Amino acid sequence: MDLLELTIKDTIEALKDKTFSCLELTKETFSNIKKNDKKINAFLTLDEENALKQAKEYDDLIKEDAQIFDKKPLLGVPVAVKDLFTTEGIRTTAGSKIIGDYIPPFNSTVIKKLLAAGAIITGKTNQDAWGHGSSGENTDYEPTKNPYDLTRVPGGSSSGSGAAVAYGASLVGTGTDTGSSVRLPAGFCNLVGLKPTYGRVSRYGIIAMASSFDTIGHMTKTVYDNAKVLEVTAGVDPYDSTTVPEKVGSYTKVLGQSIKGLKIGLPKEYFVEGLDKKIDESIRNSLQVFEKLGATIQEISLPYTDYAMAAYYILVPSEVSSNLSRFDGVRYGKAREVFGAEAKRRIMLGSYTLSSGYYDAYYLKAAKVRTLIKQDFEKAFEKVDVIVAPTSPTLPFKIGEKTDDPLAMYLSDIFLCPVNLAGIPGLSIQSGFVDDLPVGMQLMGPQFSEELLYKTAYLFEKETEYYKIHPKFKNG
Amino acid sequence: MDKKYQPIIGMEVHVELKTASKMFCSCKNDPFHAGKPNVYTCPVCLGLPGALPVANKKAIEWTIKLGLALGCKINSLSKFDRKHYFYPDLPKGYQISQYDLPFCYQGKVETPLGLVGITRVHLEEDTGKLIHQEVDGQNVSLIDFNRSSVPLVEIVTEPEIYSAAQAKEYAKKLRQIVRYLDISDADMEKGGMRLEANISLLNVDSQMTNDKPISNLKLPNYKVELKNINSFRFLERGIEYEIERQKEILEKGETPIQETRGFNAEKNRTYSQRTKEEAADYRYFPDPDLPPINIDSKWLGEITKSNPVDFDLRLKSWQEEYRLKPELVELLFETASDADRLDEMFATATKEKLSVEKLVNAMVHKKIKTIAEFKKLTSVDEVSDEFLLDIIKKVLLANPKAVVDYKAGKTNVINFLVGMVMREAKKKIEFNRLVGLIKKSLA
Amino acid sequence: MAKKHLTSEDIIHIAKLGNLTLNDKEVEMFKKQLSSVIDYIDKLQEVDTKKIEPSSQITGLTDVFREDKVNEERTLPQDKALANTKSKANGLFKVKAILTE
Repeated sequence: MDLLELTIKDTIEALKDKTFSCLELTKETFSNIKKNDKKINAFLTLDEENALKQAKEYDDLIKEDAQIFDKKPLLGVPVAVKDLFTTEGIRTTAGSKIIGDYIPPFNSTVIKKLLAAGAIITGKTNQDAWGHGSSGENTDYEPTKNPYDLTRVPGGSSSGSGAAVAYGASLVGTGTDTGSSVRLPAGFCNLVGLKPTYGRVSRYGIIAMASSFDTIGHMTKTVYDNAKVLEVTAGVDPYDSTTVPEKVGSYTKVLGQSIKGLKIGLPKEYFVEGLDKKIDESIRNSLQVFEKLGATIQEISLPYTDYAMAAYYILVPSEVSSNLSRFDGVRYGKAREVFGAEAKRRIMLGSYTLSSGYYDAYYLKAAKVRTLIKQDFEKAFEKVDVIVAPTSPTLPFKIGEKTDDPLAMYLSDIFLCPVNLAGIPGLSIQSGFVDDLPVGMQLMGPQFSEELLYKTAYLFEKETEYYKIHPKFKNG
Repeated sequence: MDKKYQPIIGMEVHVELKTASKMFCSCKNDPFHAGKPNVYTCPVCLGLPGALPVANKKAIEWTIKLGLALGCKINSLSKFDRKHYFYPDLPKGYQISQYDLPFCYQGKVETPLGLVGITRVHLEEDTGKLIHQEVDGQNVSLIDFNRSSVPLVEIVTEPEIYSAAQAKEYAKKLRQIVRYLDISDADMEKGGMRLEANISLLNVDSQMTNDKPISNLKLPNYKVELKNINSFRFLERGIEYEIERQKEILEKGETPIQETRGFNAEKNRTYSQRTKEEAADYRYFPDPDLPPINIDSKWLGEITKSNPVDFDLRLKSWQEEYRLKPELVELLFETASDADRLDEMFATATKEKLSVEKLVNAMVHKKIKTIAEFKKLTSVDEVSDEFLLDIIKKVLLANPKAVVDYKAGKTNVINFLVGMVMREAKKKIEFNRLVGLIKKSLA
Repeated sequence: MAKKHLTSEDIIHIAKLGNLTLNDKEVEMFKKQLSSVIDYIDKLQEVDTKKIEPSSQITGLTDVFREDKVNEERTLPQDKALANTKSKANGLFKVKAILTE
């Protein structure tokens, strides 16, 4: 088997056909990790012993029950789990030192669902501590490197999950997306990354960054794989009051359906100065592919885009400062001095924007601007079905390039965070390569339009097949 | 009371609701009987990373029930907010509470010493419990989270309580109401009901108040918070002490410090707990984990329907119908369902031509519980006049002094003679009949 | 909008609200960085929001409750509740003495 090529779809076929066993796949995966992770730093904690045990049990199940793949749709699929996901009995650090020794006594809902579907957890992945970052460099551990160029960032905050899937260390990387954190690493690592509609996937057991923004997504090599995982993770959870009782779609079943007549909008506010010309060009080339598939393209306007980042950097730190209050070193973890600089910055910024005398000018004002941004999208979706934009204004940047300038780092999320303000889904797929580096393209749709996004992305992917390009560990 | 200084008191009372489970998780809500510390906790009420709250519907309904019983208006749109402060017994670093849209607002409570306006009634979660102790020779604080996230209702009054006695009456009335609604044990000793009073003195002379009601005067520019009071008596004594203490300070031309004070029952005085250097900044904002709550007319209608007849109205109707003294019958019930049972008893008694008034008397003084017991108590044996007259004769002969006293006008001795006859007869005989027969024999 | 410059006192005050203690170097660093972020977010003041309702949540979901039922399966045994701290005594979490009178 070639782990760089392998997809979930191939794996299930191979396991069914007995081309290889769960155990063989798991062993091969761990030998890849042991060989390459020193260079990449994708993982913070590995769970090899359990993974191998589980794999053996599943091999027995496959022998016993021919129907097992219907009951366990992700049987034997290795999953790299972002370290914000609470995993029972497996160290969960959030990429931080403050809870560097924390062993949760419970599983997050998504982990429960993935395990019940037969997935095998390989380990917990590196990330910007608490999800605060766009590059992976804000981890309290060693930063993750981009498998396509080891001198560059893999995108964050789900940096380890992105890099892990890219170099074949797992078939799924789970992530959280508060402002960019699944889509940016997907874009930087040649992957498909979903930020679902807010409320589509349970947040229970995922260490909260900004509760009204956090969405629970994942990265895979292909659109099919991505849709398959969402079929497992989506749905109402009685433990999360903000999950929405909207019917879970048949995300894999719609793949292949025509998109003839699909109206695609191009927000003029996203194609402005600051956008790398080569990325602009790549996206415009991709639009021709959509046109070839029968879609029509029109320019649209999202007039409040310019204010999205400012609203985001008021509301998110406000919620962050609140959510990080529980880390007081009493019941778990270390004292608050141990917080890294970025966490301290956001705690302070959020304490300020919520504080007496400033609440109306900052928090409340930003919450109102959030309404305007949501309305921007609602109006746009009256005209078009899907909005397309670059995932990032720049190519994967050099490690260290933006670490001293938090504001410049914040602006990496400029095309992504409006989606979180509006609570709509965003799917990052590959638009192509520039200078041997992946270029991400984001599809946005109305709330609960994941089926449409997958359908659209799938046909594009079939035409372009960028997922067949693999990382070469450049500068390694 | 000194006329120069008028005490102005507002109260904040916290009451733990006795739902089966906690406010935002499914842990058992029974901190007083847990037996061991930290056995009724889960990721949610321990504030573990990633855990999320889900609101207990019954606790919300009970809060609204209480609001209705206090004559409050109910907000049709309400929500939970986060109130931030750091303390080791507060696991999340914030308490889920309600800020600008409490479930209930603008109510009133009738006390024997006047009406008290209710500002708001809101729902929040309780904190863990701190225990201060010496462990291995070190002074430490220990934390038990069994109480963490127990539903807690806060009832806030207007600054319309004008004496220590009224504060006590108000608190007692409030406890009576929550017990009547059967939503809380309101056990003061264990902390199931906790009292706080904000006390200041208004210099009446300085405001020329001959005909203005107190409520129209400008409030004093300070207030002292008297906290953690666990009995009605201590509340009254604490406030009385505070009034005297503040009066002395004001007399010197100074202003009492704005601070929190506790009450030391042994020394019978209040003491400073901490001075508020700066107002606490709780950084309230709407809790993003809990969707807002619509209390529409249908839901409100259901809650209203489930609410019992108002406590005071019930006493009033019994007074009118059965001539029952409120202060007496009040001793016979706590909850509305107890009162319902009384209602049924009174109806049965009336049907059987028994005196409800006497029934209530017997229930209060003789501790009888049922109509059957009451009947047994009041039943008389069948005996003839001849039999009784015979015994009376014997008793009179044996007690010549009583006969002399009676004839001298000391008619009270007749009670003594009745008792003697009853003892001799070893029978239950109607009192008035015996009195008649004895009088006849003495004539 | 005039540029906003946070003072060292501002930084110390905000840090205190967030229960953080900073060293002098951090105060200087955060003063510079947070001033530039606040300068950026102040851009919102340009937006007219007079008639706009705030969005604290985004899906419009309301009235999500649980029934008042105990679920003992979710309750942690005492040793598990206390498993992630070393500072404990007799089944209780232990912290430095908090002053009481």
